[in-house]
Amino acid sequence: MIFIKDLYKYYGTRRAVGPLSVEIGKGEIVGLLGLNGAGKTTTLRILACDLLPSAGSVTVDGLDVSLEPEKVRAKIGYLPDTPPVYDEMKVGRFLRFAAELRGASRTALNRLVGEALEQTALTEVEDTPISALSHGYRQRVGIAQAVVHQPKLVVLDEPSSGLDPVQIKDMRRLVRGIGGERTVIVSSHNLPEISEMCDRLLVIGDGQIVAAGTESELVSRWMSGLTLEVTARCKDGSDAERVASELRAVPGVTRVDAQRAKEAGARIASFSVGAERDVRAELASSIVAAGHELLGLGRSERELENVFARLAKGVGLAQNAPLTDGSVNDSEAA
Amino acid sequence: MNATWLILKRELGAYVRSPLGSVIIAVSLLVDGIFFYTQSLSERLLSGEALQRFFYNASGVTTVAALVLSFRLIAEERQTKTFTLLNTSPVSDREIVLGKFFSAFCMVALLTLLSVYMPLMLFVNGKVSVGHILVGYLGLLLIGAAATAIGLFASALTRYQVLAAIVGAVIIGVMFVFWMLAKVADPPISDFVAAMSFHHVNFQPFQFGILELRGVAYYVAVTYFFLLAATKVLEARRWR
Repeated sequence: MIFIKDLYKYYGTRRAVGPLSVEIGKGEIVGLLGLNGAGKTTTLRILACDLLPSAGSVTVDGLDVSLEPEKVRAKIGYLPDTPPVYDEMKVGRFLRFAAELRGASRTALNRLVGEALEQTALTEVEDTPISALSHGYRQRVGIAQAVVHQPKLVVLDEPSSGLDPVQIKDMRRLVRGIGGERTVIVSSHNLPEISEMCDRLLVIGDGQIVAAGTESELVSRWMSGLTLEVTARCKDGSDAERVASELRAVPGVTRVDAQRAKEAGARIASFSVGAERDVRAELASSIVAAGHELLGLGRSERELENVFARLAKGVGLAQNAPLTDGSVNDSEAA
Repeated sequence: MNATWLILKRELGAYVRSPLGSVIIAVSLLVDGIFFYTQSLSERLLSGEALQRFFYNASGVTTVAALVLSFRLIAEERQTKTFTLLNTSPVSDREIVLGKFFSAFCMVALLTLLSVYMPLMLFVNGKVSVGHILVGYLGLLLIGAAATAIGLFASALTRYQVLAAIVGAVIIGVMFVFWMLAKVADPPISDFVAAMSFHHVNFQPFQFGILELRGVAYYVAVTYFFLLAATKVLEARRWR
């Protein structure tokens, strides 16, 4: 669906993106992850034909964005970081305008707008002026205008930006719903927001793809060992220090750090356990055998966050090659 | 062309839904009316002379109104970031520029035509040629179109509306005073500079009710040039 090869974009003499090469297949939901200023927005703007590349080729569904931008734009729905909505228009009228602008036929207009309203849960505010909507609703209108003409590729630049936790959850569901037949690219600098809604993650740093893969692939490739979180209720006469020393004795465990208890209650202790391999079964057996009660055992939620932070900042990249999976071939750049 | 029509309709809708359009029309008509009363009706003048003064003043009012209506057209959308919607739709830059231009020009035409009651008042006590009125209004529409195109070009240059207004005013101001430069320059430069004058040489025939092809060609050419320049500015921005 998307082929990017040796893409470069310069703003004056400053290199914003490049060299960047990547392939994205039809129906994939891909997350573009990077810190602010890493080149995410520039890459997405080039894909959406808002900007032209300085060098390299970008093709969408077989069409080159530099040579046939108008044909490419007809296949794309784009939500920039600020939703491009006209405040004075009502939601329904605005979506009709956006659909017509993207070449939707008059006969299909009502159906397309109705479907977009339904998909983004905006039906109830169809006749409300956009100026009267909250930030979350405006963001949804932004997504609705990107999908109203049923494009093959949907590009969303930080769709969860500024949303509260409930809205972020809704946004995840919404983005998942948009997928299916369509290819979706979502950018973010916030890992938890994006990891759950995407099939594959591309980590971008200094204008280059520094890593690509699924969440587990990234973790297994880039984490030196695992981080596990353990919560247990110590048996009578025991304490957290003693449990920690028992955990340290489990083969494969490299470190045990006591943490603030994850649950309220007497004699409850939580630990962050570093391990060379997956030692969850051994840890569970050890705790139970020692007479403690195991309340929780799992991989650390911060695991991927740490990987992302390291990759985005370029920490440790020089010692770890190759950088990317088979679909990304700009490893020499990093 | 469908996209041009869509953009034109949306812009006209925005004028209707916001007070901007009606305020500009009201202020223009008020100023036109004050000029007409103080300079055409308060003195004993021949009807043709009164009409000529009316068109002279109305040309200034139309130019300013056209600039005020047009300098925001693209700059405002860049500022509010709604321009991305147009920029990423399968619409050419030419269609965007034409849609924006015709929307502002429709407003200019509306405010110009709403002033028609003033010259018609001269029929009460005077003798006025209908041809004079028609030619005068054609001149107002042409100078309004040229000023709109210049304002639109300025609007394409920057995202700051105030800066766009200043750039547009400077372009029109410089073109306006070309006739002064023509006075101090030697031929053939003086002839060329005089021919490029935004108002003096090119609008005067319309004022007097004389339809000259030169004036028509000048305003059409200025309009075309600045619309083309605005299109090229938009195209160039994609490479930045």
